[in-house]
Amino acid sequence: MGRAVPSSRVLRPASALAGGLALVLAGCGPSSYQYNWNILLDSVIRPDGQILSGIWLTLSISIVSQIIGIVLGVFGALGKMSRIAPIRWIANVYIWFFRGTPLLVQITFIFFGLGVTRIYQWPPINLLGVSIPGSIQAGIFALGLNEGAYMSEIVRAGILSIDPGQLEAAKSLGMTYGKAMRRIILPQAARVIVPPLGNEFNNMLKTTSLLVIISVPELYVTFSRKNASGPTVFHPFELFLAAAVWYLVLTTIWGVIQAYIERRLAKGVAGTPATGGVSLRERLFGGRRPEGAPQGSGGR
Amino acid sequence: MAGAPKGLHRAAGVAEMVKVGDDLLAAIGGLPAATSPLVVEAEGIHKWFGRQHALKGVSLTVRRQEVVVVIGPSGSGKTTFIRCVNHLEKIEEGRIKVNGHLIGYQEVDGRLKEDREKNIALQRREIGMVFQRFNLFPHKTALENVTEAPIQVRGIREDEAKALGMAILARVGLAHRADAYPVQLSGGQQQRVAIARALAMKPALMLFDEPTSALDPEMIGEVLEVMKELAREGMTMIVVSHEMGFAREVADRMVMMDDGRILEEGTPEHFFENPQQERTQAFLSKIL
Repeated sequence: MGRAVPSSRVLRPASALAGGLALVLAGCGPSSYQYNWNILLDSVIRPDGQILSGIWLTLSISIVSQIIGIVLGVFGALGKMSRIAPIRWIANVYIWFFRGTPLLVQITFIFFGLGVTRIYQWPPINLLGVSIPGSIQAGIFALGLNEGAYMSEIVRAGILSIDPGQLEAAKSLGMTYGKAMRRIILPQAARVIVPPLGNEFNNMLKTTSLLVIISVPELYVTFSRKNASGPTVFHPFELFLAAAVWYLVLTTIWGVIQAYIERRLAKGVAGTPATGGVSLRERLFGGRRPEGAPQGSGGR
Repeated sequence: MAGAPKGLHRAAGVAEMVKVGDDLLAAIGGLPAATSPLVVEAEGIHKWFGRQHALKGVSLTVRRQEVVVVIGPSGSGKTTFIRCVNHLEKIEEGRIKVNGHLIGYQEVDGRLKEDREKNIALQRREIGMVFQRFNLFPHKTALENVTEAPIQVRGIREDEAKALGMAILARVGLAHRADAYPVQLSGGQQQRVAIARALAMKPALMLFDEPTSALDPEMIGEVLEVMKELAREGMTMIVVSHEMGFAREVADRMVMMDDGRILEEGTPEHFFENPQQERTQAFLSKIL
């Protein structure tokens, strides 16, 4: 994408996009490439079953992987803060490994590596009458494990942001550490965790495209295949632009949902709900945060 | 942290007239049953923070229904001491018993071994604590703050806990703010909710860690009123505070701490009329 637009901040995002596109096209020399705008239009307005199932797969893999990531993240964070040294070690090694190696390597290792050695061959699983191929299972497993490592750090930061007085108050009322975590600390930490969690899920929606390496027919692979064969063969310009549009649709819808969740979670924080939360416009296109917006621990 | 952000509901700027019910403990079914005439028995407590020797052999006994006010300069160990009483701090030496039970430790072959977390939690149920900075749960309403522990820790039914919570909130003058979140309450109101929250567990002992020192001056009175009422009704209390009017009125005994030790102990009359230690005289002359 040519970012040749000068002061793009002045232009509205939509016109910036159009302007940038025009510049890119104008800058190209004569080419034998035959644009077929119908491919772009059809893929976006009248997506066929292949595209729809790609979207569906991207979305469902993202959601399941993110949920696994959140669960692993909570355990990873608590493990890293555990009083028991071996638990701390396990958590640290897990986080260290999955944050320190490329996701692509993790995906291929988990699917091919475990497969050929017969450590685990990823047989298809029947779930509620639907057969889930091994590649999708392996993809979800890899994405979830990888996400869990990042979520561990996010959850840990969220927990650490809560005033230690909260844990003391809960303990002095007779709560155990576990109950204090569940009832008092984690619900408050959630408020701190949700904005970065939103970014993580936004990333997840796009990162699923790496599953191309194990041929999971998600959104990117769908368009990639359309480019390789069939009536739309070798129209990468229109096809991948259409893929980009579909990823934008997914991330935009998520942005709306995230803004809503953040507003819901803001209860009990100074300055809410009147001035708290993030407006949809700010969420989508950025923008200034409300001045003096309080962040972090509650209790004034 | 200090001032409430603009646009927030705040209690009227002037001191709020608070009516404290004269049957505060009736809300929790009267004074908790006596299990021991001596509520607190602390014996030779030593506490180190790394290399810093924070408590150097503190011993203190508190009888049932007694109100003990602990004073002393900052850093003298008074807050550390009451935090040891409910085992928010570990101790390196000595023994603390509450209602005759060793707190935080088990005695194994004459040596102290830290107790299991579950047992410590069980013991803390009987010890209410009020913090300097209130430490209310910001994601819960005033009523939910009060009912949380009875429901989650004692396993009381939700409707029962609500009735109990409303009864206590009414007596500390906050029935009308039951659905407010802590940020919507003034400091004085928050601290009264915090007292109600501790009371809802029907504790045998209440610990107050400088409960009024984070408050604006006009809000100190309403919190002290609640504490005085508790004292009058016979709650056993250890209060770390420099509110001398409060001490004079309700303390059975005062304790002066300095440099990790108890320097002087006696009735309020003793302290206000005839303090023995030079250090106590100097300290009192500064804060009176």
